[in-house]
Amino acid sequence: MDLILPMLVDGLAASALIFFIAVGLTLVFSVLRVLNVAHGSFYAIGAYVAVVIGGFVMSAGASPWLSFPILFLSAALVAALLGPAIERTFIRFTYGKPEAVQILVTFALFLIFEDLQKLVFGVQAYYQDAAVSVLGISDIGGIIYLNYQLLLIALAVLTVLALRLLMRNTRLGKMIVAVVADPEVSATLGIDTRRVYAAAFTIGVFLAALGGALASPNSGVAPGLGAEAIVLGFAVAAIGGLGQIEGAAIAAIIVGIARVVAIYEMPALEPVAPYLVMLAVLLVRPYGLFGAATQRRI
Amino acid sequence: MLQLLIIGLLVAAFATIPVAFPWLAFVFTLVLAKGFAALGVAILLRAGLISIGHALFYAIGAYTVGFLSQGAGVDLLIPQLLAAAAISGVAGLLVGLFMVRYRGIFFAMLNLAVSMVGYTLLSKLYNVTGGTDGLAIATPSVLGMTLSREAFEHLLLYGGLGLAVVVCIVAHRYLKSPMGEALSAVETNEIRLEYLGIAVPRVLLFAYVGSAILAGIGGAIHALAVGHITPDLAYWTTSGQLVLVAVLGGIGGVVGPFIGATFMESVRSFAAIYAPDVWNIIIGAGLLIVIFFLPRGLYGLIERIGGRRDGQ
Repeated sequence: MDLILPMLVDGLAASALIFFIAVGLTLVFSVLRVLNVAHGSFYAIGAYVAVVIGGFVMSAGASPWLSFPILFLSAALVAALLGPAIERTFIRFTYGKPEAVQILVTFALFLIFEDLQKLVFGVQAYYQDAAVSVLGISDIGGIIYLNYQLLLIALAVLTVLALRLLMRNTRLGKMIVAVVADPEVSATLGIDTRRVYAAAFTIGVFLAALGGALASPNSGVAPGLGAEAIVLGFAVAAIGGLGQIEGAAIAAIIVGIARVVAIYEMPALEPVAPYLVMLAVLLVRPYGLFGAATQRRI
Repeated sequence: MLQLLIIGLLVAAFATIPVAFPWLAFVFTLVLAKGFAALGVAILLRAGLISIGHALFYAIGAYTVGFLSQGAGVDLLIPQLLAAAAISGVAGLLVGLFMVRYRGIFFAMLNLAVSMVGYTLLSKLYNVTGGTDGLAIATPSVLGMTLSREAFEHLLLYGGLGLAVVVCIVAHRYLKSPMGEALSAVETNEIRLEYLGIAVPRVLLFAYVGSAILAGIGGAIHALAVGHITPDLAYWTTSGQLVLVAVLGGIGGVVGPFIGATFMESVRSFAAIYAPDVWNIIIGAGLLIVIFFLPRGLYGLIERIGGRRDGQ
């Protein structure tokens, strides 16, 4: 019984990172109806940019506290540079096309980004853990935790609340909700759907890059990161029901705890845990925990 | 007719080029391996089902050969291939029974999940699969003959090419049969198909098992050609490549996936010499060009030439 509390905190810390991978994916899907394989690339690029900028600033002798704004700024930088550009040049041509086409276009982008990352950042691993070390550790019930992990949990909760606020209480959010409900009627009401799509995609890129940036102080960054991130993101988004932001949060908690339980009980099974949960959920609820069934046309 | 002629010329070119450039023999054998698997993926794509998990069956084919060679000491080519086809078929049946209930993105994701479970088991069950070190595969004997490695590689290439021709003819007839035509009807309108009294799950299960067997044969050839296998064969990027090859080549005809595989493996081996860092960029850009400008794939080019002349 002594294990319950540490398992819970460990599980939630793992969930926070998983949540950041999945939430952007599910947001982009809910608005654009595109399953974005290149999401993993944005995650990896966010991690690379954060580590490189962070390393540069730290080596100039700046205060390690500066690394926190750097994490957010790198994510914003990646989103501003890549989000609108990619949506306008490639993604928009796939709207309304079969899923196979959408998945393949984003898979092609993923392949291109894989090589671009290697060309720009090389194949060596990077580490920049100023953000973890400056926060130190704390002791909960006799177990030592990194404060950074606890911060991640708080940030994930804040992100859920911020997205909720964005969707319900801002002009952009209301336009997004309208476009999700009915793109054509929204357009006739004077909403510029092209800008809404570009904005939603850019928010998705920001969330992916932020996820990568936030994960980097703890685990570093190396080639192959994007490929691992995207499959995990798929699993979590599918468990929660594609397009459901709160669903992604709850799915992330389930998967995070499942992974930690696996680590404590059967370490070899830890990497399979997310997929086993996903299989179990989809076999019982084919549209995920919170997904709604779509009508079939005759 | 012209279309058949072009295909015949392509097969002849495929058979003669490795004679002139012996180092290409290995590349072309891998083309056949990927081609078989991509043909399986293409059959499912006709029903609008995109599987990002067929690398699992590719790996099952490869590991069947691996277990027979290293574990059981069965170094005989024909039994190895038959076992690979049979076991991947059984695996396809078991997985397919669940898969045929799902469509669209959920079909894609469930295949992904199953293949990632397979990938993890292959890398973690060190005692059985050798973990990430993989398994080594000895050169098997063929019909009681013990061949040198070089002779075996030639046999694999030309035997594989013969098998590919036979498989293409069978697959073509299947796609023109009522079961095969029903596949594209599933994509167009599934409910109408049900109203016509056709059992859609059965149609899809048949296609799924067939595609798993094709992927298994491809994996077995891959294992025999390379002589060493690792769990990466089951990773999702391998599955993605198979879909990519199928779409690049075109799913309109059974030859398409093999053309796509030729394109991809050629780019890969030339890029390995001249531009090792950018081959993914070339493949990705090629895929984008095909999707946006050649919706029927490279095979569509042959159809266009053949179709225009036939119409005159």
